[in-house]
Amino acid sequence: MNRPIRRVAFVAMLMTFVLLLNVCVSYLLRQDSLNANPQNRRVTDAAFAQDRGAILVGNTAVAETVASKDQFKFQRRYPQGDLYAPVTGFFSYNFGSSELEQTYGAQLSGNDDSLFINRLIDLATGAKPRGASVQTTLNAKAQKAAADALGSKKGAVVALNPNTGAILAMVNSPSFNPNLLATHQLNDARAAWTKLTTDQAKPMSNRAVREIFPPGSTFKVIVSAAALEAGYELDSVLDTSSYRLPGTNTTINTTCGNSQTLKRALAVSCNSAFARLGVKLGADALREQAEKFGFGTKPLSDIASVASRFPDEIDTPQTGLASIGGYDVAATPLQMAMVAAAVRNDGVVMQPYLVESVRSADLQILSQTRPSQLSVATSAANAAKLRQLMVGVVEDGTGWRAKIAGVTVGGKTGTANSDNRRTPYAWFIAWADDPDVAICVFVQDAEMEATDVAGGRVAAPIAKAVIEALR
Amino acid sequence: MSEVVAFRKRRGVELVMLILAMGLVTGTFVLTNLNLYGELPEHWWWGVAGYAGIGLIAHGVIRWRTPYADPLLFPLVYLLNGLGLAMIYRLDQGTRPVMHSAELQLVWTAISVGVFIVVLVLLRDHRSLQRFPYLSFLAGLTILMLPLVPGVGRENFGARIWIKIGSYSFQPAELAKIVLAVAFASYLVEKKDVLALAGARVAGIDLPRARDLGPITIMWLASLAVLIYQKDLGTSLLFFGLFVMMLYVATERPSWPILGTVLFLGGAFLGWRYYAHVQTRVSAWLDPFSSWDNNYQIIQGQFGMAWGGLFGTGWGLGRPNLTPLAKNDFIAAALGEELGVAGLMAIIVLYGVIVMRGLRASLSAKDPFSKLLAAGLSFVFALQVFAIIGGVTRLLPLTGLTTPFVSQGGSSLAANYAMLGLLMVVTHQVRRPQAQTSEPLQSLAQDTTQVISVPARTAPAARPRPAPPAESLPTPAGADEPTTAVPTARTPESVPTAGTPDGEPTTAVPLTGIPDEPTLAVPLTGTPDEPTQAIPQGAPAAWDPDDTNPQGRLP
Repeated sequence: MNRPIRRVAFVAMLMTFVLLLNVCVSYLLRQDSLNANPQNRRVTDAAFAQDRGAILVGNTAVAETVASKDQFKFQRRYPQGDLYAPVTGFFSYNFGSSELEQTYGAQLSGNDDSLFINRLIDLATGAKPRGASVQTTLNAKAQKAAADALGSKKGAVVALNPNTGAILAMVNSPSFNPNLLATHQLNDARAAWTKLTTDQAKPMSNRAVREIFPPGSTFKVIVSAAALEAGYELDSVLDTSSYRLPGTNTTINTTCGNSQTLKRALAVSCNSAFARLGVKLGADALREQAEKFGFGTKPLSDIASVASRFPDEIDTPQTGLASIGGYDVAATPLQMAMVAAAVRNDGVVMQPYLVESVRSADLQILSQTRPSQLSVATSAANAAKLRQLMVGVVEDGTGWRAKIAGVTVGGKTGTANSDNRRTPYAWFIAWADDPDVAICVFVQDAEMEATDVAGGRVAAPIAKAVIEALR
Repeated sequence: MSEVVAFRKRRGVELVMLILAMGLVTGTFVLTNLNLYGELPEHWWWGVAGYAGIGLIAHGVIRWRTPYADPLLFPLVYLLNGLGLAMIYRLDQGTRPVMHSAELQLVWTAISVGVFIVVLVLLRDHRSLQRFPYLSFLAGLTILMLPLVPGVGRENFGARIWIKIGSYSFQPAELAKIVLAVAFASYLVEKKDVLALAGARVAGIDLPRARDLGPITIMWLASLAVLIYQKDLGTSLLFFGLFVMMLYVATERPSWPILGTVLFLGGAFLGWRYYAHVQTRVSAWLDPFSSWDNNYQIIQGQFGMAWGGLFGTGWGLGRPNLTPLAKNDFIAAALGEELGVAGLMAIIVLYGVIVMRGLRASLSAKDPFSKLLAAGLSFVFALQVFAIIGGVTRLLPLTGLTTPFVSQGGSSLAANYAMLGLLMVVTHQVRRPQAQTSEPLQSLAQDTTQVISVPARTAPAARPRPAPPAESLPTPAGADEPTTAVPTARTPESVPTAGTPDGEPTTAVPLTGIPDEPTLAVPLTGTPDEPTQAIPQGAPAAWDPDDTNPQGRLP
C-alpha cells in the first residue's frame, strides 16, 4: 500500500506547488493592471492620503499639502485657487485630477520611478515619504495683471518668453476654485463637481490651450509672413479694392481704399487686401506657413493641449476667407502667442513649456527643462520685417491702445465672428522688447459690432497691462 | 526480517515549536496594535495568555495520552489557528464600531481544543473505529445530506451546505469528512483485496464484483447528489476525491483515480451547463470584471492582494475590510493583502507540511487501517485547502468550503480539531514502540477470507486471476465478518513483548492458536496445503520494502 500512498503524496505536493505557482504568477502578471484600475479604492485612497509635493510659482506655493486630522491625513490646498486653476488643475478623490496635478501626478505623489531611491531611503530611515515639488515658469506679477485686466470677461491670456518658450502667464476666465474639489467632504466635492460641469460658462474648460477659436485678423500676420517668403516687401503695393470671392457672390468690402502698401494694409487690417493676397499665395503656401508657426501639432506637453488647425480641404473662395482668419481656421491663444514670440525671436519658434524643474523633497533636482526649438517659421530677415509690420499696427494702426512709452511693442488686433448670432471674439497678439515677452489676449464676448476695433478696444489694453507688470 | 524503526517521543520538539508558534502569533498581535494605534491596548496580555494557556494545556494532554504522536502537527495547527485569530482581531479593528469576533473565536478555540482533548482522552486506539464500516458510512452520508432536510437546511449563495438550528449554523461537511474517512478506511480494509482481485475485466479496466461495487456506487451517487441538490462543487470534490483516493490506495489500481477524475469532470461540466449558480462561479473565476455587482467579493480580494504586493502592506496597514466576508470566506485574501505574496506562500507551505506529516504517518503505519485512515484524513485536508485557497486566488472557481483552522467559525474549528485529534491518535499508535516478535507478524485481524470457486486447474495460474465466481456459493455463516482479535486482560508474559511502558494489552497479536500458524476463520474447502484462491499465488517475491507484509501474501 505504500506505493500508492507515495503517489498520493506526490499529487498532494503537486497541488501545493500549483497553489504557490499561481500566487506568484498572479503577482507577476496581474498586479500592475489591478493597481492601475481606477476602481481600486485601496490605491486611490492611498494616493489621496499622501504628502503631495507643492506646485510653485517663484517661491510661492500655489498648490500645497497640509496635514489634516482625518483619515486621509493630508489635505490639498490651493491658496489662490481661481487664479492658478488653469495651470495647477484640481486634485480630487472621486474625479481624478487635471493639468499639472495630473501630468506630474507621479512625481508630486512621490511614486515616480525617479524617486525610487528616495523612497528606498525613506523606508530604511523610517521617514515619511514626501512627493517632489514642481517649479513652474509662471511670473506671479504677469499672472495677476492679466487676470485683473481680463476681469470678469470670458477669455484667456497667454504670455511667453520668446527666447526660451517659457510660459509666463496663463489665465482662463471664468475660472474655478480647485479647493472645492479637493475637500475631504466628499459629498460637497461631488456637489461642486456637478455644479462646475453643468455650468454654461464652462469654468473648467482651459481656453488658453485646449480650445480653438477663429483667430480673425491676427491670422494676417501669418499671411504676411507667407507673403514675405514669396518675395513681397513691406512697401509692396497691394490691390486693396473690394474683393469678390471667386466663384461666389460674396464680396469683401474694402476699408482702406483701392491700393495700399503691405505695411499700411496690415496696420489698418484691411480684409479685402489680405483676402486677395491669400488667394494669390494659395492655400498650400498659407498652410505651410501656418504649420511652420506650429499649427497642426500639439504645442504643449506639460498639460493637455490641442493643435490649432488650418483646414486641409479648402477651395479658393474659402482660402480668401481663411486669409482673414475666417472659414475653418481655428487657433488656441497659446498658438497665437507662439506666432508673436516667433516674430520677436528672429523667426524661431521655441517649444513652450510650463515646468521649470522638478525637485525632490530635499531639494535635489530630479529634472530640469532645457529650452528647445520647435521650428523655424521665417528667416531672421523676414522676421525683422514682420516686426516692423507689427510695430506699425501699434504705432499708427488698430493696436494703438497697446502703445507704451519707452518700449517697442508690436502687435496685431483681431476680431472674429463665425456667425452673426453671437458676439465676436476679440484678439490681440503682441510682443515687446523690454521686457522680452510675447502675449496673446483672447476675449470671448467683446460686446461690440463686428469691426476690428473690438480687438483693439478690448484686448489690447490687457496686453499692455501685462507688459507693464513685467517691467 | 524487516527493519524496525524506533521513534522517539519528541515532545520537547513539540514544546519548542509550540512556543515559537505562540511567539509568532503574539508578535503579530502586538504589531497589529502598534501599526493601528501606536500602543498596546489595556489588558492586551489577557488574550495572549488565553491563547498560550490553551495551547500549553493541550500540550500537557498530548504528553499524557499520546506521547508518541507526531511533534509537528499540533504546533502547526495552533500556529494557523493563531494567525486566524490575529487576522480576525485585525479585521475587527477595521469596522466602526470595533467588533469583538476575535474574543468569540478565542472561546471557540478553547472549545475546539476541548474537543481535541476529549478525542485524545476517549479514543485509546483508533483501530476500534474500524468495527462499524457500514454504520459509520450511513452516519457519514446522513450528516452529509442533512442540509437537504427542509427546515434545518439553509441555502446560502445558491448552495445548500449549511444547517441552522436556532441561531447557530453549522457546516456538516466538516464533520462528515471525518466520519466518511473512517467509514471508507474500515470498509476498504476489509474489501481491498476482493475489490482489487475478484471481478471481471471490462474494457481493459478491472471492475470489482457487483456486491462489492454496491457501497462504491452509493458513494458515487451520494457525491453526485451533493453536486445536484446541494449545488456545491467544492464539497462534492472533497468527498469524491477522498473516496477515489482511498480506493486507489487500498486497491492499487490506477483505473480508479482515472475513472474518478473523468466522472468528476463530467459531473462538474454538467453542473456548469445546468446550474446558473455554477455558471456564476465559473464566470467569476474566469472574468471577474465582467460583472462588478456579482463578483464584488472576488474583485475586492484581487485588488487587495495586488495592493499588498510581494511583502504585503503589513499587519494593520492594509484595507482588508473592503473585501466582503473577509473573516470567513476570504480570510486568505486578507492574509495575502497584509502579509503579501511571501506570507501567503508561507501559509500554503504550513498547510502542506501538515499534510506531509499525516502522509508520513500513513507510510510508517504497519496496519492497513491506520494507513488508509491517516492518508485519507491528510488528503481530504489537502483537497480542502487546495479548493479554498485556489478559489480565493483565482486558480479555481470559488466554493463554499472554509479555510481550515484559520477562518472564523466555531463548528468548522471544532470539527477540524476533532480530525486533528484522530490523526494524533493514529500517529501515536504508529510511532509507538510495537510488540516485537521473533518475526514480524502480519495480523489477520483485518483480513477477511472468502471462498470463491474457481475452475479446476492443474497448476497454479501464472497470472493470479481467479475465474469469475459463481453466484450461489455456500459460504459458511459468519464468513464475511471480520475477525477481530479479542483483547485480553492477561499480562504480557504469555506473549513476548518489548515491554510496552504502560502495560497495555497489545491487540495486534492473535492470541488463539499457535503464533506461527495461521488462524483460519473459515474451514478449508480444499486440501489443507492448497491455498484458497482468494489469495494470490506465487512464490514469495523478493522482499519489497514497500510491502507491508514482508513475508509475502501468505498469512
